[in-house]
Amino acid sequence: MTDFLRFIKPGDWAVLLLLAAVTAALAPVAFTGGAAEKAVVRRDGVVVAELPLTQARRVEVQGALGTSVIEVQPGRARVAADPGPRQYCVRQGWLTQPNAIAICAPSHLSLSIVGRSAGHDSLAY
Amino acid sequence: MTLSPIELAPSADDHRIARYAAAAIALSVVEAAIPMPLPGVKPGLANIITLVVLARYGWRDAVWVSLLRVVAGSLLVGQFLAPGFFLSLAGALASLVALGCAMHLPGRWFGPVSQSLIAAFAHIAGQLAVARLWLVPHDGLLYLVPFFALAALLFGLANGLAAAQLLEPAPQPKENLGHP
Repeated sequence: MTDFLRFIKPGDWAVLLLLAAVTAALAPVAFTGGAAEKAVVRRDGVVVAELPLTQARRVEVQGALGTSVIEVQPGRARVAADPGPRQYCVRQGWLTQPNAIAICAPSHLSLSIVGRSAGHDSLAY
Repeated sequence: MTLSPIELAPSADDHRIARYAAAAIALSVVEAAIPMPLPGVKPGLANIITLVVLARYGWRDAVWVSLLRVVAGSLLVGQFLAPGFFLSLAGALASLVALGCAMHLPGRWFGPVSQSLIAAFAHIAGQLAVARLWLVPHDGLLYLVPFFALAALLFGLANGLAAAQLLEPAPQPKENLGHP
């Protein structure tokens, strides 16, 4: 094995280390690219609020039936209250993954999580 | 109707290029049978031949061998003009351009290992450019970049070492005087 080391000249070591550093610098792309970054609230498909998932806050949104409450905490968001009869979107709880969505159909509202880029449900080749 | 045979007289250059291209094609067919965890990641063993030809006969011959390998190799595995063919072609062209520059690095400090690594990274860069612009126009592709870079690093090093081994002058036979 050490026999092969004699083929690596000083400049080769430099190139190897440089490209290894480039590869190491690229590594985080594979693991952080899909992180959730903001919550998007839509009414009838129209964006009414974009909330970064960096600070906790509560936002009131006017839906078709009345006022709904969107709660944001670092890295997650949920519909905290909604006047809809069945409360599906409230009971869905915290949304953490990019592309996750809670739909309050009676209120015509949706809350979705968006990553840095849109992301995929799956990839097939 | 008279027969009008067209005769092409192959030169010694043509024979030499054909021999090396045949070796490169054989390697690319062999590696097509090796299963890989990620589509698009291949060892690129045929690049060993490209590096050897580059060192022995120069850039022009390396271009011939490399492009013949891409075209004939894709014909043999049934990928000619399929997406994989254009990815190979883009990677080969990018790495040939990079090799054209890298071959001028001072030979005292830089050997086939440098050339192989540079060619491998140029190869994935060319492939990713074509893939991103044409085949998969979505940034999701870029999540794969670290894996391609890692593969280029490992296989570029391995192929460079293999090429350096092949390019090493054959050891002079020792004079075994006094032995039968």
